[in-house]
Amino acid sequence: MMAIIELCDLVYTYPGVSKPSIDGVSLTIEKGEFVLITGPSGCGKTSLCRTFNGLIPHFYQGELKGQVTVAGQNVTGKQTFDMAKHVGLVFQNPENQLFALSVEKDVAFGLENLGMSREEMRKRVDWALNLAGIYDLRERSPHEVSGGQQQRIAIASVLAMQPEIIVLDEPTSFLDPLSAEKIFDVIYKLNQEQGITVVLVEHRLDLTAKYTNHLIVMDKGKICLEGNPRDILCNEETSRIGVGIPKATLLYKKLKTNGFSVNKQTPLSSDELADQLLEALNK
Amino acid sequence: MSFFDGLKFRKVSSPIHNLDPRIKFIYVIAIFIIAIVFPQMLPLIILFLIQLPFVVLAKIKKQWIRSLRGAAFFAGFIFIINILTTFFYNDFTLTALNVENALAMTMRFVVLFESFSIFFLTTSSDHLGLAFEQSHVPYEFAFAFTTAVRFVPVLAEEAQTIMDAQKARGLELEKGNLLKRIRNYIPILIPLIVSAIRRSLELAEAMESRAWGAVKKRTNLYLLRLHKGDYILLGITILLMVVAIYVSFFVSIPLISDLLNPSVL
Amino acid sequence: MGQNGAGKTTFIKHFNGLLKPSLGTVRVNGVETTKTGVATLARNVGFVFQNPDNQLFSETVEDEIAFALKNFGFDKETIEKRVTWALDFLSLYQYRKTSPFLLSGGERKRVALASVLAWDPETLVLDEPTIGQDHEQKEKLRQFIIQLQAKKKTVIMVTHDVEFVAECNPRVILMRAGKIIANGPAKDILTTPKLLEESSLVLPQIAQVFTKLAHIGLPADIIDIDEAETAILSKAKEKKHP
Repeated sequence: MMAIIELCDLVYTYPGVSKPSIDGVSLTIEKGEFVLITGPSGCGKTSLCRTFNGLIPHFYQGELKGQVTVAGQNVTGKQTFDMAKHVGLVFQNPENQLFALSVEKDVAFGLENLGMSREEMRKRVDWALNLAGIYDLRERSPHEVSGGQQQRIAIASVLAMQPEIIVLDEPTSFLDPLSAEKIFDVIYKLNQEQGITVVLVEHRLDLTAKYTNHLIVMDKGKICLEGNPRDILCNEETSRIGVGIPKATLLYKKLKTNGFSVNKQTPLSSDELADQLLEALNK
Repeated sequence: MSFFDGLKFRKVSSPIHNLDPRIKFIYVIAIFIIAIVFPQMLPLIILFLIQLPFVVLAKIKKQWIRSLRGAAFFAGFIFIINILTTFFYNDFTLTALNVENALAMTMRFVVLFESFSIFFLTTSSDHLGLAFEQSHVPYEFAFAFTTAVRFVPVLAEEAQTIMDAQKARGLELEKGNLLKRIRNYIPILIPLIVSAIRRSLELAEAMESRAWGAVKKRTNLYLLRLHKGDYILLGITILLMVVAIYVSFFVSIPLISDLLNPSVL
Repeated sequence: MGQNGAGKTTFIKHFNGLLKPSLGTVRVNGVETTKTGVATLARNVGFVFQNPDNQLFSETVEDEIAFALKNFGFDKETIEKRVTWALDFLSLYQYRKTSPFLLSGGERKRVALASVLAWDPETLVLDEPTIGQDHEQKEKLRQFIIQLQAKKKTVIMVTHDVEFVAECNPRVILMRAGKIIANGPAKDILTTPKLLEESSLVLPQIAQVFTKLAHIGLPADIIDIDEAETAILSKAKEKKHP
């Protein structure tokens, strides 16, 4: 295994603020991993994402201490546009990250900035559109498609730059559950089939916990818990911090305290729990 | 708002839509100049008729007619003002020539509107932005243009939501004297400005994350290349100009009122 | 509930007269909305929009909350009383002199809520209150809705957060393409997969589990976690001592 993101004793404070938003974070993410970061609002997870491509400290200024190494690059020594080739960021609000008047032009935006030749660009754009499942929308205006589709355009537009890492900051909070699931499916496929390292920031663990075996819980600028979600979601500390435990996991825990044990690993999805219950009740 | 409808781009595929916006713009300017140069009715009618095939080719008959209907009000206004001024100026008499001149003025407006309408109905703002980019306008300007076009409807929608939110808190915009009425808009303007700033920050963040400013000379997914149609339109434009120049120097243009009056001939 | 573009927001804007029906009638407390203005209707129907930034504009939180009270013509003493009450009710008292723009997202949302609650409307309409909210903020919101219900207020909420709805267990009106396609207890609607799929929604997790357990004799219409626990435990007991 090879580390693709390495943070070492990271402390970051936004300009004009006294309290650091990231307060002593050390973290290693391996190449090809699907990492889920969660934690209450204001816990520093968004700031952490911004350090991955250098938005912190280049765009936001402020004071950064510690080491950030992403895809072999020392982020503080590189410009954000250098990092953009390695790390793609997808933000929460789909509306504010699309600026062109046609979908394919939006997807090409980053490549145009890199000065890529038209032929190569065409290939990359079509490839990214297909992977995100929006090839049919390529001539539409990003403004007139649904929120779920807009978010897929945003994914395609970072994908086109063929980054090793894609970081998504609460990409589905404006979407309905079915569109959200479709987005997660797209991301999971990118991780599995293209080997892209995924860092996903989410509150909705009920929809996402099943995709990962590396869950990070943050609170007050620190990493509090890190490891397999099956362990972490059972940990009392997780509930204390205020992380929403998926209902299936919660039900499993409740049953267990009542002496009804299925003696299996903690379920992360309704399917897993249903199977365990079926087996236990049919015994 | 049928008048503005006539200037709103609709996505259709036609030979006219596919023309290079730069050439289309040159054509519109040529028509503009010719229409200004000739004050007579006859050439203006011809100019009007010449453009009809474009409307048919572009498959925009319906919108175009709607836009003309919208412009009819302004046309009528121009006609009446012209008639009235000549009427009062000539001691309350009117000749056929006066009417024809007023009609020509009106026709000029119609021709100008007709060609602008064809241009905007068949040119997407995307295409227009591209034309800017490739006419050596600095990219920042072209980008500002397309971004503005992209976000105007978003901001308009947002303004509506803000207005609803404040009305729901008992704000009555139409209440009070003039000063009070202006002050009533503060609760709408502040959230709108704050959100526009927030939006632009997020936008900047997204642009940075997509390698904005990586190389000095950025490339473009689309290339505007002149096709056969563009050369044909350019030919037509040059021909029109040449004919117009020739006619204005060497041909005396008959009045319609004379043509209709056989006794003069 | 319903997918984006189903007409939910358009629909609820008829409740305080922001929109008036082009056909048919809307009556609020027996009064037709076409016969009166938003300012009058809003006294009874408080409206909290999804994004607090669409309404915050004052220099301090206190002023923000007093804005509507002034518009409705309350006297100074009442305004002061109501503002203090609303600040307390949403635990914002410490921020009363702070600019709303300096607060965090969750706090701004609470200021927006307080600014509407302050005039004590009988009905409260919440548009997408859970978007971007973490677990704890949602739990606070739920507690707060329970308190309002205890005060006999009517609460109407637009959302596609199925888990939150399962916890609140309200009456659910499902909309699609401008029409109401279902109207009934959350327990019935959130356990009907076909209806939900038409609305781009999914079953809440507990319901997902129980649809898969229905064939072994467990009820399929469970959305509440405590009910789920009881049902499974009694089924297990049945198994042990038939």
